[in-house]
Amino acid sequence: MNAPFAAPGDAPLVNATRFRAAHSGDWEHLEELVTRMEKRSMRSLSDDDLLALPGLYRTTLSSLSVARDTSLDRALINYLEQLCTRAYFQIYGVQTPAHRQLARFFAKGWPEAVRALWRETLFCVVMTFGAAVAAYLLIRSDPSWFYSIIPEGLSDGRDPSASAEALRKTLYDDSGKDFLGVFATFLFTHNSQIAIFSFALGFAFAVPTVLLILYNGLMLGAFFAVFAAKGLGPNVAGWLMIHGTTEIFAICISGAAGIRIGMAIAFPGRLSRMDAAVRAGRIAATAMGGTIIMLAVAGLLEGVGRQTIMDDGLRALIGTAVLAGWLVYFYGWRSRSAEYGH
Amino acid sequence: MATSALPQRRSLKRTFITPEGVDLKLELGSAGSRAGAFLIDIIMMTLILVVFTLFFVFVAEVKTASFFLALWFIGYFVLRNGWFALFEMGSRGATPGKRLVGLRVVARDGARLTGAAVIARNAMREIEVFLPLSFLGQQTAAGTADTFLVLFALTWSGIFLFFPVFNRDRLRVGDLVAGTWVVVAGKAKLSADLVGSEYRPRRVFSQAALNLYGIYELQTLEEVLRTGQSDAITTVAQTIRYKAGLPDDGDDYGFLYDYYAALCARLEAGLMVGRRRESKHES
Repeated sequence: MNAPFAAPGDAPLVNATRFRAAHSGDWEHLEELVTRMEKRSMRSLSDDDLLALPGLYRTTLSSLSVARDTSLDRALINYLEQLCTRAYFQIYGVQTPAHRQLARFFAKGWPEAVRALWRETLFCVVMTFGAAVAAYLLIRSDPSWFYSIIPEGLSDGRDPSASAEALRKTLYDDSGKDFLGVFATFLFTHNSQIAIFSFALGFAFAVPTVLLILYNGLMLGAFFAVFAAKGLGPNVAGWLMIHGTTEIFAICISGAAGIRIGMAIAFPGRLSRMDAAVRAGRIAATAMGGTIIMLAVAGLLEGVGRQTIMDDGLRALIGTAVLAGWLVYFYGWRSRSAEYGH
Repeated sequence: MATSALPQRRSLKRTFITPEGVDLKLELGSAGSRAGAFLIDIIMMTLILVVFTLFFVFVAEVKTASFFLALWFIGYFVLRNGWFALFEMGSRGATPGKRLVGLRVVARDGARLTGAAVIARNAMREIEVFLPLSFLGQQTAAGTADTFLVLFALTWSGIFLFFPVFNRDRLRVGDLVAGTWVVVAGKAKLSADLVGSEYRPRRVFSQAALNLYGIYELQTLEEVLRTGQSDAITTVAQTIRYKAGLPDDGDDYGFLYDYYAALCARLEAGLMVGRRRESKHES
């Protein structure tokens, strides 16, 4: 076969030409639909478009397969690859509408995630109260411990040297702020940031998260000790409980989320380390996202509720009632559905 | 496959098979484009924060100051934690920075990108970027940042910052935990048909001249023709003429064009009978 190579007759010389002529209409139609879906949403498509979409997608996908095997037009294959990828993510990776996602989160995702973390949550609660009791006992035996636990700026005069009168004042007279919302929002954003931290820090094999939780408990115990020493124990309990039950619970859950991630990476079990991290990450992120809501509630209770309600008993009652609400929402669900399931 | 003679770059293409059984060959975003997208986002966030703050300072009066302060706290919180998460939950799976650079976030298993995954991958940013930064900022402001602390903060953020470079799939710590990766979201337009149905060959090449090259060289030639840079065209045309021992007829573009069409037709004919010549090094 030594004859010069030439194209036969009138047929197009290269496959890409034939191929483009036959299918470019479909490709461009799909491209137009996908662009519209990306710019706006699935709803911007008419019924006809919606019906045409799967067909166009499959046509283009098979065009890609054929083009890879028969054509050497690199730009054409590139175009088809990118178009198919875009279409794939619009068709298969489509997002559930926000309101449906939210409804699912509250009805199922959040309580289930928190329930799945019950062991870690219990661990965090025990750590918090263990640390609080330790700090309490230490400071009651030697008040100078207080200064090594609480940084100077944070105590704001509430240290062992303060008089009972001054301490009492901090419990009932921390108003003086014209708009309570500022305080509430500040607390909310600050605490939420801490919750996100303790989630993220879990990546370092959970160690920093545990330390954070322990320290939180130490501070709690230290403050309590200062007030209890002056006979203000029940008063400070009410002051702490109105928002503290929700806040400490939320911090414990986000700590539990961090611990779950750290443990999954340290001890992946039968799964590969990657798979274990992903599985733990999804549950932990859902639970952690929920704690932001809890902290918003806590911020409101602390910033507004505490400043307007001065009765210790009522403060403690509200705190207990809110905590009971959370417990029923998170853990009461299963027992009830299990009953119905019978 | 004897492709060893081709330039050996560590490829960022990943196999990704759709339920229909076609491999989409996703291309991962390079570390550089990821960093670029992040910088754009950070700059945008800073600008928004500055404008937002100035607006409040300008609008607020003594009576409403505390209301605006509360609003500012919320705004700052949403901006810092919501910017990445909310945009990535949208249908494009990309923040404005990623969109500009042409990237998007995708679940590694090809399923839909869940809200939990997006929250997880962005909450991790707290320890990757914001923690060392704010730590450093606080200590610097207080004047207590000694060398050791600076070194520690830099090492910490360095480990996380360069994490994507040290794994094959360019995963950030957040991607690792969330089961996501960042892919190139190309939006190429349908290119013009290089040869076209109206084309009639003006030059005839000998078998030997067409045996010089394989698919890799053909597609490089295609790129040269599509880009249309005259000096590149001249260089390539001269190289091919020299190798094939053909005379210079003064029309570099026309020559390359004809050579491309003839070579393409020949190699495609080979494909039809199951002969795929990847490069000039194969026979």
